[in-house]
Amino acid sequence: MQALYAQLLVGLINGSFYALLSLGLAVIFGMLNIINFAHGALYMMGAFCAYFLLNITGIGYWPALIIAPIVVGIFGMILERTMLQWLAGLDHLYGLLLTFGIALIVQGVFQNYFGSSGLPYAIPDELKGGMNLGFMFLPIYRGWVVVFSLVVCIATWYLIEKTRLGANLRAATENPTLVRAFGINVPRMITLTYGLGVGLAALAGVLSAPINQVRPLMGADLIIVVFAVVVIGGMGSIMGSIITGFALGVIEGLTKYFYPEASNTVVFVLMVLVLLVKPTGLTGRAA
Amino acid sequence: MKLRISALFLGTALALAAGGAMAQDKTVKIGVLTDNSGLYSDLGGAGSTLAAQMAVEDSGLAAKGWKIDIVSADHQNKPDIGTTIARQWIDVEKVDIFVDVLNSGVALAVNNLVKEKNSIMINTGAATSDLTNAQCSPNTIHWVYDTYMLANSTGQALVKAGGDTWYFLTADYAFGHALERDTAAVVVKSGGKVIGTVRHPLNSSDFSSFLLQAQASKAKIVGMANAGGDTTNTIKQAAEFGIVSGGQKLAGLLLFINDVHSLGLKVAQGLNFTETFYWDLNDGTRAFSKRFSERMKNKAMPSMVQAGVYSGLIHYFKTIDAMGGNPHDGVKVVAKMKEAPTDDPLFGKGTIRADGRKLHPAYLFEVKKPSESKGPWDYYKLVGTTPGDQAFRPLSESACPLVKK
Repeated sequence: MQALYAQLLVGLINGSFYALLSLGLAVIFGMLNIINFAHGALYMMGAFCAYFLLNITGIGYWPALIIAPIVVGIFGMILERTMLQWLAGLDHLYGLLLTFGIALIVQGVFQNYFGSSGLPYAIPDELKGGMNLGFMFLPIYRGWVVVFSLVVCIATWYLIEKTRLGANLRAATENPTLVRAFGINVPRMITLTYGLGVGLAALAGVLSAPINQVRPLMGADLIIVVFAVVVIGGMGSIMGSIITGFALGVIEGLTKYFYPEASNTVVFVLMVLVLLVKPTGLTGRAA
Repeated sequence: MKLRISALFLGTALALAAGGAMAQDKTVKIGVLTDNSGLYSDLGGAGSTLAAQMAVEDSGLAAKGWKIDIVSADHQNKPDIGTTIARQWIDVEKVDIFVDVLNSGVALAVNNLVKEKNSIMINTGAATSDLTNAQCSPNTIHWVYDTYMLANSTGQALVKAGGDTWYFLTADYAFGHALERDTAAVVVKSGGKVIGTVRHPLNSSDFSSFLLQAQASKAKIVGMANAGGDTTNTIKQAAEFGIVSGGQKLAGLLLFINDVHSLGLKVAQGLNFTETFYWDLNDGTRAFSKRFSERMKNKAMPSMVQAGVYSGLIHYFKTIDAMGGNPHDGVKVVAKMKEAPTDDPLFGKGTIRADGRKLHPAYLFEVKKPSESKGPWDYYKLVGTTPGDQAFRPLSESACPLVKK
């Protein structure tokens, strides 16, 4: 029974990565209608950015949590301005193919220079060690990841669903012409939104660097699962992707306990089941 | 009439010349079938192709009129893709010999094909000991290491040092299963006990669930029957969950120098494991590794897989040179390779057994502390050496049909 509690907690920790990543995807899809397949590559760039900051400029983990998402976010905005914006109004498939191509190029370049084994990034001194919860040994860093991701997820949801800025944004995607008539710069808002989604991916990358090796393919391994999370939660639904992210982390953790061999496929089995019953996803609206 | 006779002579002479050239066919094509993009690409990949190129250059065969080509491809760690490429290489590109072929799943699949087509595989990358046991073939030589040797060397040493209860963290495919099976046998034989096993999918990034199960088992040794990125992530996360500081010992059953490099000494220090090649062993290994590293893009030192590609091909070139040409009959060439003793600067003197197992010493290493390392890639301390004839599965235990007859 104790082991089960431990697995639940570990699942929650993984779930926080899924939630952060799928949140970014949901923001981008919900606002821009782009299926951002480059999300995994951008997540990886966040981790690498933290690595470079530490090893080239000596900037540690805490500043990296802010700097890396901004740097990668700016890279994302350049992508949006130079490439993605030309796809506005076209079928989703074009965005998917373009971003998939971008992901392959970015990953290929990183792999060419840094190999596949990855680079080390240590846990910051303040978060080293762990505590004995009785039923498990909880590394402090993992606890921090859960709390921090939850805060970021809720803040993002609040920004989009409850603030004036978010309302403008949602309106701009519903009816750009009308919103432009109110004097709002719609293309700039879209660029900023893409930057926000990309920044969230990079943030997850920085969070993951001390746990996983910083590897060029770290995003590629994760992206398919994250897409499944978004689909189960309902494409574009912010709250849906947050809740599904955490929930799937837990389900996956339990699978690793009861039948580890299926842990990589359980998410997809769930996706099939959910789509059979509710094709729009758990909280998705009909298109 | 005179003209006709001389034409006849000329024709006969030409035919003889062409026949003579065929009798001394001195063309060879080498296929480096490896993981160029996935989790094992640092220990094989572009480095294996470079090692093959260096072997061709050092063989001196070009000066003797040989024409040697190298092709390379990425099998993506998928047996079906590996066999498709291998089939095309043999049928269309006329590849004579496969090297590297890491990933046990791919290696076992290609092993069958190579036998069917009478080609040659010098396997330097895959670990499964089945390649020279139940699935041995007159066309295959297993060059560098195998799961039996790893289990025998690392497993035995750890049980002797007091690690008598084991929990396995195993990659869920041919390689992991073989490594777990062979190590468990050694543990039990040495008086130890296996408490439990958890099998994780290949290329997992999160090992926390599995590590928690290993921790809860209270086994003295957590044996990692995985490799590459799976192992590095396991080691990193084991440190995080306090596995080692809690009194359990982590056993790297298969660790490569690239893994240690990517982990950094801070995390990897103190780990024990077995390899058959290390760049800093002697003058011969240092000289080769320096030349190799200068030509690698990231200045990496060679892994034992890459060193094996060089060593295996050097012996192959010596053999076909001695044969004088026509190196296209796989069984014949491999038989000749088994007859002659091997000798190269990387693995020293050795032999190839009837079952296709290449014998050379196995070294038990310990990873240095950061304070003991003098510079980049100075990572290992030599703890012990097992001679070649004791390191690998004895022929008396072999299930290989080539041995039984």
